[in-house]
Amino acid sequence: MNKPPDMTQLSLYAKREPVFNRRIDGKFRRIKWAIMALCLAVYWVTPWLRWDRGPYAPTQAVLIDLAHRRFYMFGIEIWPHEFYFVAGLLIMAGIGLFLVTSAVGRAWCGYACPQTVWTDLFQHVDRLIDGDRNARMRLYKAPWGPAKIARRLVKWAIYLAISLATGGAWIYYFADAPTLWTAFWSGTADPVAYATVATLTATTFVLGGFMREQVCIYMCPWPRIQTAMTDEKSLTVTYKDFRGEPRASLKKSQKAPDVFGDCIDCNQCVAVCPTGIDIRQGPQVGCITCALCIDACDRVMQDIGRPRGLIDYATLDDAEREKAGQPPTRHLKLIWRPRTLAYLAVWAGIGLALLFALGTRVHTGLTVAKDRNPPYILLSDGSVRGAYTLRLRNMEGRPRRMEIAIVGLPGAVMWTDDSARADAARTLTRTIPADATLPLRVYVVAPAPGLATTAAQDFAFRVTAEGEARETALSEVTFDTPQEAIP
Amino acid sequence: MAEHHPKGRLDEATNTETVGHEWDGIEELNTPLPRWWLWTFYACIVFALGYSVVYPAWPMLSSATQGTLGWTSRGELDKDMKAAAATRAKTVAALADMRIEELPKHPELMRAAVAGGAAAFRINCVQCHGAGAAGSKGFPNLNDDDWLWGGDLKTIETTLLHGIRQPGDDVTRQSIMPNFGSDGLLTAAQIDAVASHVLSLSGKARGNAEGAKLFADNCAVCHGPAGKGSRQFGAPNLTDAIWLDGGTKDDVVAQVSKPHMGVMPAWTGRLDPVTIKMLAAYVHSLGGGEQTPAPEPEAAATP
Repeated sequence: MNKPPDMTQLSLYAKREPVFNRRIDGKFRRIKWAIMALCLAVYWVTPWLRWDRGPYAPTQAVLIDLAHRRFYMFGIEIWPHEFYFVAGLLIMAGIGLFLVTSAVGRAWCGYACPQTVWTDLFQHVDRLIDGDRNARMRLYKAPWGPAKIARRLVKWAIYLAISLATGGAWIYYFADAPTLWTAFWSGTADPVAYATVATLTATTFVLGGFMREQVCIYMCPWPRIQTAMTDEKSLTVTYKDFRGEPRASLKKSQKAPDVFGDCIDCNQCVAVCPTGIDIRQGPQVGCITCALCIDACDRVMQDIGRPRGLIDYATLDDAEREKAGQPPTRHLKLIWRPRTLAYLAVWAGIGLALLFALGTRVHTGLTVAKDRNPPYILLSDGSVRGAYTLRLRNMEGRPRRMEIAIVGLPGAVMWTDDSARADAARTLTRTIPADATLPLRVYVVAPAPGLATTAAQDFAFRVTAEGEARETALSEVTFDTPQEAIP
Repeated sequence: MAEHHPKGRLDEATNTETVGHEWDGIEELNTPLPRWWLWTFYACIVFALGYSVVYPAWPMLSSATQGTLGWTSRGELDKDMKAAAATRAKTVAALADMRIEELPKHPELMRAAVAGGAAAFRINCVQCHGAGAAGSKGFPNLNDDDWLWGGDLKTIETTLLHGIRQPGDDVTRQSIMPNFGSDGLLTAAQIDAVASHVLSLSGKARGNAEGAKLFADNCAVCHGPAGKGSRQFGAPNLTDAIWLDGGTKDDVVAQVSKPHMGVMPAWTGRLDPVTIKMLAAYVHSLGGGEQTPAPEPEAAATP
């Protein structure tokens, strides 16, 4: 019999290993700086951009106006019934992620994901307050004392300030930013605004300040999806083990250069990693492909006089080719493959379709709801009346006069709630306020002799903006009549 | 066969530590949950316990624990209803003070009254008049342009207040048509003739001299010599296309022999005056509403 394992040594739960990533400079770090600056600038500046839409519409360039059911994006205004534009954009964003993954691997995770950007920002705060890797490790291990408490309080205060700025900026996408700013700081804004800011401040504080790589490794579904999307042709951060192994210290490998590989086991790649992994163990879920280890390793290789790229952006295929002494695949060829092209085609197709729809859409609309109970009304003179609720849409930033006309149904005339049957006609005209809809209850009456004895006849309402023949909309409806013959 | 290996051996394929168990060659990898996940789980339990203390939760023998906050769904509804009543208070007060004839001058109030009337109609009127107010045989259609007693706001309100043939209401709408057949006032042949004459008024049958004479003697007093009816007596217009009790020969014969006399309850006392005004506004808005006649000292001279 073997001895049972010592279960007291095993835990079902793992403590988070803190990450103290060292500062590094290099090509990819500089790209990361630039993208971080761009992302933060876009996030914080966008709500404050202005855009002139005339006197009837808000002046905010990007505004999701939930209260009035409007979405403004520079020159484009979306109404709720056009939500398919937003749906199309979301689908494009999804397929765009596939496209980026197919072309350049987990670039989204490494550079542009908010979790990455804000974690990066918070790690720079760590470095600013507590020093670089070694100082932070020392402080982590040090017992709690006044100095440590003071440093922690300062750091968390900065975390909180960044979190408040992050959570606080979100609400300005949903209301006029300058107005809301004044209201927010004078305590008169809607409670929803404060609740939103409080929630997003808390999540930023926790996810950016403390959870960091745990979000990527345990909480985010995207790395799981990516494992299914990557193959040997996917660009990823690759440690070329054939070149690096067996690893040994610089001294040992200099003594026996034929035995040992280029990796001198300096651990710099681990030290700079923001998620605390060892890339030399191969591709793994914790690798967000930020390429900081490439920067670190390239520096070391330069120092010890070896060629750069022991750790490099490479597909597994390319690593194999390099191992076999063949030249690597050209970058363009990496991207020029069926999967990438298919994603690109779908992505661009949806984009073009949306642009086409946007360019050809009409700013005049009509929806008609027919009264179904009762389906028709017999009037005392024997004619038949149907009731319809029309909703006229004027999607332009100025009031417009529109003509509503009956198409078909010979002999039929209409009047409305606010006029009398004596004024009934085939057409009527109304002014629709700027950027608004006008509900209109319309009675259509058809004379008895003109009616067939069939139960329903098709006809349509057409609305046309005055002086703009292209601005027209048609809505087909039925006109019900009694099924028995009318005298 | 279970075997044990020293803990900490690395699995080759995954580079993960094993826990040391092996069953027939299958080993268990050590992939522990993150500790914070456990704390999140505990926090959820604490939250759930707290929730079950402050809100009604635990089932007991006859009811459930009440919760320390005293929250109930009925209480919530009560609050919502009070809030809704408070938002309506201004409209209700304005309607209470206003004579219904003046309502058309206040489009905002009119809209509110029609909306309120639509809701009250769903509760009080649909039983006879139908959900679409289209009525049925014996129950008037309120959408059309034919009114027994008149279709302006004031008249509709009066009809609602006092009902039709409402026993015990002194000013209720009252009209009685004699039982010409069952009381033996006319013979079956005479009723047939008069029914044909009535249908001829709207071109549905050929007229006859006997019927015309019988009509002039027995019916014209209420329905008028031309059969156009009279709103004063609530006598239906017999020349139009609308037949409350049916427009076939059999229907007319039956109605002359032993007339069907509908009853509408008086709503005074059952509904408050504002609701009745709202109902009148709603019925008026259904498409057949008439304008309030200009006040004239004498009866209108035009037919």
